[in-house]
Amino acid sequence: MTATGIGAPVRRKEDQRFVTGQGRYVDDFNRPGQAYAYFLRSPHAHAAIRSIDVGAAQTMPGALAVFTGDDLAADKIGGLICGWMIHSKDGTPMKAGPHPALAQGKVRYVGDHVAVVIAETLAQAKDAAEAIVVDYDVLPAVVDTAEAAKSSVQVHDVSPDNTVFNWHLGDKDATEAAFAKAKHVTKIDLVNNRLVPNPIEPRAALGEYDFGTDNYTLYTTSQNPHVARLVLSAFIGVAPEHKLRVIAPDVGGGFGSKIFIYAEETVCVWAAKKVKRPVKWTSDRTEAFLADAHGRDHVTHAEMATDENGKILGLRVHTTANLGAYLSTFSSSVPTYLYAPLLSGQYDIPAIYCEVDGVYTNTAPVDAYRGAGRPEATFVVERLVEKTARELKQDPAEFRRKNYITQFPHQTPVIMAYDTGDYAASLDKALELADYRNFQARKQESARRGKLRGLGFSSYIEACGIAPSQAVGSLGAGVGLWESAEVRVNPTGSVEVLTGSHSHGQGHETTFAQLVSDRLGIPIDQVSIVHGDTDKVQFGMGTYGSRSGAVGMSAIAKAIDKVIAKGRKVAAHVLEASEGDIEFKDGRFGVAGTDRSLAFGEVALQAYIAHKFSGQDLEPGLKEGAFYDPTNFTFPAGVHICEVEIDPDTGVTTIERWTAVDDFGVIINPMIVEGQVHGGIAQGVGQALLEGAVYDRSGQLVTASFNDYCMPRANDLPSFQVGMTVTPCPSNPLGIKGCGEAGAIAAPPAVINAITDALGHEDIAMPATPQAVWRAAQKARMPMAAE
Amino acid sequence: MYAFDYHRPTSARQAADLASQFEDMKFLAGGHTLLPTMKMRLAGPTNLVDLGQIAELRGIERSGDTLSIGAMTKHAEVAHSADVRQAIPALAELAEVIGDPHVRNRGTMGGSVANNDPSADYPAACLALNATIVTDRREIAADDFFQGIFTTALDEGEIITRIAFPVPSQAAYAKFRNPASRYALVGVFVARFADGVRMAVTGAGSNGVFRMPEMEQALAQNFAPEALNGIAAPEDEMNSDIHADAAYRAHLVGVMTRRAVQAAASRS
Repeated sequence: MTATGIGAPVRRKEDQRFVTGQGRYVDDFNRPGQAYAYFLRSPHAHAAIRSIDVGAAQTMPGALAVFTGDDLAADKIGGLICGWMIHSKDGTPMKAGPHPALAQGKVRYVGDHVAVVIAETLAQAKDAAEAIVVDYDVLPAVVDTAEAAKSSVQVHDVSPDNTVFNWHLGDKDATEAAFAKAKHVTKIDLVNNRLVPNPIEPRAALGEYDFGTDNYTLYTTSQNPHVARLVLSAFIGVAPEHKLRVIAPDVGGGFGSKIFIYAEETVCVWAAKKVKRPVKWTSDRTEAFLADAHGRDHVTHAEMATDENGKILGLRVHTTANLGAYLSTFSSSVPTYLYAPLLSGQYDIPAIYCEVDGVYTNTAPVDAYRGAGRPEATFVVERLVEKTARELKQDPAEFRRKNYITQFPHQTPVIMAYDTGDYAASLDKALELADYRNFQARKQESARRGKLRGLGFSSYIEACGIAPSQAVGSLGAGVGLWESAEVRVNPTGSVEVLTGSHSHGQGHETTFAQLVSDRLGIPIDQVSIVHGDTDKVQFGMGTYGSRSGAVGMSAIAKAIDKVIAKGRKVAAHVLEASEGDIEFKDGRFGVAGTDRSLAFGEVALQAYIAHKFSGQDLEPGLKEGAFYDPTNFTFPAGVHICEVEIDPDTGVTTIERWTAVDDFGVIINPMIVEGQVHGGIAQGVGQALLEGAVYDRSGQLVTASFNDYCMPRANDLPSFQVGMTVTPCPSNPLGIKGCGEAGAIAAPPAVINAITDALGHEDIAMPATPQAVWRAAQKARMPMAAE
Repeated sequence: MYAFDYHRPTSARQAADLASQFEDMKFLAGGHTLLPTMKMRLAGPTNLVDLGQIAELRGIERSGDTLSIGAMTKHAEVAHSADVRQAIPALAELAEVIGDPHVRNRGTMGGSVANNDPSADYPAACLALNATIVTDRREIAADDFFQGIFTTALDEGEIITRIAFPVPSQAAYAKFRNPASRYALVGVFVARFADGVRMAVTGAGSNGVFRMPEMEQALAQNFAPEALNGIAAPEDEMNSDIHADAAYRAHLVGVMTRRAVQAAASRS
């Protein structure tokens, strides 16, 4: 390992500009003549629009235009799309209702887009929006996930019982048979609470149209600018793909919420041509709460069957997933193919059957949020495993160990073929770091102070780098999930890497450069990473699902291999040796068995001046591209142990210890990985203890600001004990598994398992707020006193 | 935010004169309630009179058994004041748990008291310490000043100049923060004087800050947590929201009062 190569804790190159305020985010871009968009949003969860009168608004000072859904329709601008087709059990395709960028006849959630005002200033746009008169026929709303299918309220005409799909996975008969022979069945009812993503940078869009060239440019807060361009051109029809440039510059966090193609960016790029001015929109925090796609929101009943030895025989799960009022870009895949295939966890479970009903409600659309389906699956499996162990009076760690998969590859009953792992190794290390053997002493010490102490496990697995494209296509994906890279070597030997991945907090400018430095033997400061601009990078699928290491970097590695191969040819000419005798090592091309060699930079220069070879023999230049499609998902896994102390007088839960032992395969930068683990755990703890989007029965979002929506803060978290185990991933050339979501996936069940351990009963839901824990502790106090 | 005219007087008299000229006027102190409301277009005063440049509204002074604090004194100044820490350490500790550092370096005592937010911290201190609210027109006892949520005895255009706190022998503030906003879900200030005990509860009451005479009498007899056994806050007078329903708030009033008494009693 070199100081900047693979495995080195290199400080993040990008942080210099971020921490000194030099980052450039969409809202930092201002174009000559720029006007401002303000969206008039529905105050009602569900209403028919009888009429919209924009007459007065259009004459307000500074107003340039007011547009409604009719204007978009007149220009044949299509609706927003859902890019993953799910089929119900009976084979019918999912029932997707229309999703216009501006409402047509109906609004379906508070925050839905009714009209847009374009004005000289934002204040004038808001003033004009107040002059728009909308005549609503307010309708009753359906909000509750579990009630949606039974409600008389109908969100979309195409789905009479608000059901988008009744989907299933697994072998029902085999699972029923497993339960029939079970010695013990454990049952659990769970709610996976709805979350608001809240990246620190709210969404923004700046659309521009060039009348001279007929080119459109969209600056947008996107995790995947090429996907945005593809959807905006091929499906929504704003502009032809080759005439639309999408730029996603510095992006301040996404957590999934900036994958999707939204109404606002669609309208900005379209309106720029209409008003002949660049049009900018920047979300305020309230709009982010109302109209960013939310996450999670499942209601689940699950059962686990075990035999007389405590071996798991089967698992059956029924989940209702709230998809909100419209199907967001990848919403249908999250509670289906990103969820049920993870229900085997780390365990050898012979039979699994899962049914998922996706439902419409009058709430914001729900889509992928850090972990996307996998946190929901892990919560089901790990809560159920913990409860089963308790019911069987077995140590939860040893119950897990007994049921771990130990042979690889392992085919689960739910699609996944796990390639490698060593789950017991992670468990052993975690038990050691958590000082598990002395837990009872700590619990007694807490009890002496009148406090309740509990410990919870989460032995999670996840699937990253969704692939290969052929497989995801067969499951309904509208796109392939490979990645592209281009490695451009300059005549001076410096390197630019163009990647289809997009960094919005992950540190790609550092980790990708580490790979290049490592492979080409050049200093890390000789490497630039270019991303986020469709005019520079040819195509790419973007960053989500912890895919950029496993897939994005593998594409770079493949392109680097091609660069080295070409360099070898150049070196052979210059060194007057045969290509087969050229070795590339430590940044030098040398002739085997001699001391004749050229530095990488010298070969680069020779490639461009082309003095030592004929253009007929060898093309000048040194630039190679690659598309990389993995052979399988990757399967990061690990064990997290959470230890809490509860004050039964107030219900306050304090996390006293957190141990995380993760197997992410080969690590590029341990410092960045540890940071990802910390951030993921913080978000998972947020879900478990603090965060929850609450709609009232009329569909108003009660938690529409930080006054009521509780984000995790530093003092909600302990210092984390982070450990690693490594089994290299065999499905990509770098052995990488991915680390971006693990913490958020692992954490919630660890917290709730710890709280239920402390309470002595299972009756607590997320978020386990002080009020909820206090109430649950009332039930727990009597048995505790008797101890 | 709607457009408005901004005024920055340098004396309380100038401020009062300006206030009398405008129909639709708001005084601006720290602005933590007013400015967000204006940004959300929920308030749109046409004139803002900023009290920030009025020197006579600032400063902390100890005189005998009274601690006098200027209305525009910032929370951080109260928290860090040696005079406050010496005279009424509980008041400094209260100031230290208001909001976050940004809030404490902008927000003012007078602004908080004049706004009388039902979850604000200072009203509990004023009421429990039997403070006198001094305005540019008169002096108002805390018992008469707080008149229900966001409602005070202040008249139109009346300006709080300072707040005078009698120095207690022992006092403490116990706050249970709203997990999201960090306002008081329940905050209890307990103060012991030579002639008795006063306590006040913020955050919990559906009608704003309030005292519980039954608890005060019990504590006057025996200034110890046990004295409160059997005395409960009235559930039907408690606030209820997604963070805490009335039963939980009523319970927390008991817990926080005990903790405040414990902390106060342990002070020398």
